[in-house]
Amino acid sequence: MKDFKKISVRNMTKRFGEKIAVNDFSLEFGKGEFVTFLGPSGCGKSTALNCITGLIPITGGEIWIDDECIDDSKNKVSPEKREFGMVFQNYALFPHLSVRENVAFGLKLRHIRHAEIAQRVEAALKLVHLDGYGSKFPSQMSGGEQQRVAIARCIVLEPRLLLLDEPLSNLDAKLRVELRYELKALHERLKVTTIYVTHDQTEALALSDRIVVLRLGRIQQVGTPSEVFSDPSNLFVADFMGFKNMWTAKVESLSAKGERLEATLDAQGLKLVASLAWPEGDSRRAVIEEAHRTGQPMRTAVRPEDISLAPRGSHNSFECAASIVEYQGQASQVSATVTATAGPGLEALRVDLRSGTLISEGEVFSASIPPEKLLLFPATESAAEASRWTP
Amino acid sequence: MRGAAGRGIVPLLIPALIFLVLLFLYPFAYGLFLSFTSAKGQFTFGNYLRFFSDARDFRTILVTLQISVPVTLFNVALAVPFAYYMRRGIKGERIITFFLIVPITLGTVLISEGMLTFMGPAGWFNQLLMALHIVKDPFQFTHNYLGVVISLALQGFPYAFLMLLGYVSGINPDLEKASQMLGANKWQTFWKILFPLMVPGIAIAFSLNFVMAFSVFPSAVLLGQPSGPTRVIAIAAYQWAFEKFNFNAASAISMVMAAIELIVISVVLVWRNRMYKGATMVGKG
Ligand SMILES: Nc1ncnc2c1ncn2[C@@H]1O[C@H](COP(=O)(O)OP(=O)(O)OP(=O)(O)O)[C@@H](O)[C@H]1O
Ligand SMILES: [Mg+2]
Repeated sequence: MKDFKKISVRNMTKRFGEKIAVNDFSLEFGKGEFVTFLGPSGCGKSTALNCITGLIPITGGEIWIDDECIDDSKNKVSPEKREFGMVFQNYALFPHLSVRENVAFGLKLRHIRHAEIAQRVEAALKLVHLDGYGSKFPSQMSGGEQQRVAIARCIVLEPRLLLLDEPLSNLDAKLRVELRYELKALHERLKVTTIYVTHDQTEALALSDRIVVLRLGRIQQVGTPSEVFSDPSNLFVADFMGFKNMWTAKVESLSAKGERLEATLDAQGLKLVASLAWPEGDSRRAVIEEAHRTGQPMRTAVRPEDISLAPRGSHNSFECAASIVEYQGQASQVSATVTATAGPGLEALRVDLRSGTLISEGEVFSASIPPEKLLLFPATESAAEASRWTP
Repeated sequence: MRGAAGRGIVPLLIPALIFLVLLFLYPFAYGLFLSFTSAKGQFTFGNYLRFFSDARDFRTILVTLQISVPVTLFNVALAVPFAYYMRRGIKGERIITFFLIVPITLGTVLISEGMLTFMGPAGWFNQLLMALHIVKDPFQFTHNYLGVVISLALQGFPYAFLMLLGYVSGINPDLEKASQMLGANKWQTFWKILFPLMVPGIAIAFSLNFVMAFSVFPSAVLLGQPSGPTRVIAIAAYQWAFEKFNFNAASAISMVMAAIELIVISVVLVWRNRMYKGATMVGKG
């Protein structure tokens, strides 16, 4: 394997006729990194991945490995010469070849000695816990086993970059968790640079060093799992990361509290305090100050998990009436209406929360939101658009 | 299958089985019976002995093979790259497919008639060739070996092509991408992945094309020289049946035809099994 320090994608764009599937995509991958492309169906994850492999020609931009340009949208190093490995969603095992022959396929093309091929194939199969399966054919294996063969077939070649396009999405829930764990372990061992495509936020959070959130072909946010999880950069990412409660709110007052910015909000009559971890100089401060000045409403968001049942009088507490309670074992998913916002001619604010104690439908209870769990975003999207996101 | 579901299927198959017996097995068994009896109805090997010892009749096997094997190989060998090239669809595919289906719908006799005028000594095709100074005198395309071969190619190629096209486009396109990602170029991907996966289709296309070409009759009469160079085995059978009214001899010849076709198909299937030892599915993922 040719060694390298980083792979850089610069302003990569892919058009299908009028449609822009990948728009001005720039990103650097460090060697050994595990990067995940996360986004809803049709956001361009697979297209971006296939552009990086060279299987799809790019319309604009460049791809570099250190100081070697492998694609400048006019000339490109063909996919088979990039030394990248790809694992397909449907495994794409060669049905006429045995497991051993599938794994040996790439090695044979490289004219490696038979003895070495045999030894490397066995080692790769062992790595994915498939020793002894060598003479089986793909059709005789389960989905999970087939996916392991597909992974072995790639890593046996020690690729510079390993790309996986929703590799677990055809498996059942239990197997998905199992294989996810194995993928993680494999990455810990081999440290192969990996790009992983998924629409499942749990997978992305569990596996990645960095997550790239995509929407309509554009990068929305790049960050570590905890950054993306707790500090989404816009409404879209917040929605995707499970901030199910999104309310339109006016900013009533602002005050700096050390590194944080405290905002008092009015969401349809529900008074809330948000404590935002935006240090001095954060560009987001300007946006909120502007909104405060003009009275332009913003959107505030909070996760159901972050709302707790609390007595009246604690921070941001309010009374609500449960309308739908979904029992989920450890906790219940509760959908309730905020009583303070209900009234003639008003549409009551809906709140989704999780409760460890049992609540019955119709029950009135008190809930509270820790101020630091409330996020604030410019309401650039209309409400309808915010809940759809897809083109 | 031997389970309860398997047993439940059998009654449903009965109508089809009756149909099969009446339409195929009975005529075949009757022909087999005729071929082993003399005109007086006694058991005899005479019909076969006569065929194999009559140089003029025996030669028809060779003549027919000389026509049918090359034309079948040609049809299939040409259909493979065409099907490969068109596997993801191309511009104008509908028109191409239309022109390929036309010969199938027209039927043998109409094609032969057309070829006689179009490719005959005074036909357009020869006039074009002469106008382009490719040939000086009209080239003899008809009433010879070439005429029969061309007509069989016109009729057989569309079958082979359409059959293989269905086969290749059914192969999961990700297999090609996977092969490429593992380091194979287009050529290696074709020979190591697509071709082996096409083998079952090629075997079927070859068998069907061969059977069609080996039992050639109208083209051999209309476009060939049925008295000599293109006196195929079907003509021999026809002459015994309807010129000499010896159905026993004709049946024996038909049985020889069937036997040769079976032998060739067996060879093809052996080849197929050696090439394609994996699963029988076409890698749909
Ligand atoms: N060959 C193509 N021709 C035209 N449009 C295409 C083509 N391939 C993809 N697109 C469009 O580009 C957009 C991005 O597609 P892509 O397959 O990358 O999405 P994705 O994020 O992988 O979605 P999914 O999660 O469903 O796999 C989609 O809107 C799709 O319709
Ligand atoms: Mg996809």
